[in-house]
Amino acid sequence: MNTSFDFEKPIADLQQQIEKVKQVAEKTKVDMSATLAELEEKLDASKKHIYTNLTGWQQVQISRHPERPYTLQYIDMICEDFIELHGDRTVKDDKAIVGGFASINGETVMVIGHQKGTNTKMRQYRNFGMANPEGYRKALRLMRLAEKFNKPVITFIDTPGAFPGLEAEERGQGEAIARNLLEMSVLKVPILCFVVGEGASGGALGIGIGDRVYMLEHTWYSVISPESCSSILWRSWDYKEKAAEVLKLTSEDMYKNGLVDGIIPEPLGGAHLDPQQMADTIKSKILEDLAVLNTKDAELRITERIDKFCAMGVVVE
Amino acid sequence: MAWFKREKKGIITSTEEKKEAPDGIWNKCPQCKKPLHYAEQVEHKYVCHYCSYHLRVGSKEYFSILFDNNEFTELFPGLRSGDPLTFTDSKSYTKRLEESYAKTGLTDAIRSGHGKINGMDLVIACMDFSFIGGSMGSVVGEKIARSIDYCIEHKIPFLLISKSGGARMMEAAFSLMQMAKTSAKLALLSKAKIPYISLMTDPTTGGVTASYAMLGDINIAEPGALIGFAGPRVIKETIKKDLPKGFQTSEFVLEHGFLDFIVDRRQMKERLASFIKMVYYRN
Repeated sequence: MNTSFDFEKPIADLQQQIEKVKQVAEKTKVDMSATLAELEEKLDASKKHIYTNLTGWQQVQISRHPERPYTLQYIDMICEDFIELHGDRTVKDDKAIVGGFASINGETVMVIGHQKGTNTKMRQYRNFGMANPEGYRKALRLMRLAEKFNKPVITFIDTPGAFPGLEAEERGQGEAIARNLLEMSVLKVPILCFVVGEGASGGALGIGIGDRVYMLEHTWYSVISPESCSSILWRSWDYKEKAAEVLKLTSEDMYKNGLVDGIIPEPLGGAHLDPQQMADTIKSKILEDLAVLNTKDAELRITERIDKFCAMGVVVE
Repeated sequence: MAWFKREKKGIITSTEEKKEAPDGIWNKCPQCKKPLHYAEQVEHKYVCHYCSYHLRVGSKEYFSILFDNNEFTELFPGLRSGDPLTFTDSKSYTKRLEESYAKTGLTDAIRSGHGKINGMDLVIACMDFSFIGGSMGSVVGEKIARSIDYCIEHKIPFLLISKSGGARMMEAAFSLMQMAKTSAKLALLSKAKIPYISLMTDPTTGGVTASYAMLGDINIAEPGALIGFAGPRVIKETIKKDLPKGFQTSEFVLEHGFLDFIVDRRQMKERLASFIKMVYYRN
């Protein structure tokens, strides 16, 4: 297993030790299985301890791991086939949001998600997963298409935020996101949303109004990124760890606060260590939920969806 | 011997009765720097009569400008913010709230009222920038949601006056979800075919722009207001270029097709009333 972060150092050390013991055992032909077993046990315990006690900032780091699967990879692993559809019919085709019809176990669904790049060139091409208004309008166009043909919608959320650019403002970034919030809340087909990486603010919510909204275990979802929160509240980028704590942005906190419907467990150490296993877990969740949601009356589904979001918030009377 | 004698000690005016003349009776227009007398400001609906600059005012002033005889029933005035995340930055959220209650005499960044405009029923929800930057937290979301329910129940048009820096960070994801809540309620209002007018004033940014402010049957704005999703500083840092003059002003937003018209505050009541009459109250 490749480790990437400082907090994973104890794991890396143990792995190194195990490697060394294995080499010695092979060279000297001495039976060291007892030592090995003991070390393996320690390794397991250490992994469990570290990955179940992650701080907010550590979760943010894992959610941004460059090898984490993105929307197109999930589609590839979950769906039998996929017809990607492009363009918002007004301005252009946004590369930071992808979507199209796909089949899951023989059922047609509309899959829409943020897309990040896997190398420097592609990251630029995908604008780091930061969509412009045309991205949200493409998403809405595809959702309407799904509604027309009575197919459920599945969204994958992974964005550091909606793009804060000049053209984005000219073309109405605010209006594009707002429109999606309104239209998604009354869309007649089932909607499932998965936060698979970063869930930053309106940029995430813009494709995030669902009958069920889930967060993968090591993802974050909040009103602002910890870096921006730090720069606004403490006027410096140095308090991002603290910001990550106070924002209560982890899947555990979000679930506890009733702001998402569930947590999808990740392979030990994160989705990037076993993308296939992660995809399988998501797939079974999709199938399980669609079986329930597909049989529900559309009006009831919409009412329950709206009531769910309307119950969010804490006020004192 | 003293010329004046203080007969009662201490401040005895309650916050409620405090006369709002923030920097004394005379104010300087922030744009043309000419002095404006408080009485003149009221007379001209808080617009500089020299240069037409629209002074930043709150719900109290908007209600007095728009409701007939300044008569209205305040809706849901009892809603107060909780502190679900026990949020603390330089000070605790609870303390920040208490200070804001004391400083502004308000209970949160929005007030809602049911009154009449030229004799026609109207519900107005109006944001107050003086309360933590007009930020949108649970109370703002909930008050808007309940006001919309009230409008649907009583079949009354809804006017929402936005003036906000965006979502309230101290309620983090709870604030974010108010965008979903208010937009969903507006979908129901729309279904009920009741008019919703969104009036944007200086400033309207962030999560407010990306939810209810942009969802009006008509979107209108006061002249010269800052209206945008991302703040100008963030955009400048992202594109590493100076922003064009007039970027993100009402006039810019109108030009790009996201506003129906810009309205001077001095003509606002008449314009609003004639629109509401045309689409809703005329048989």
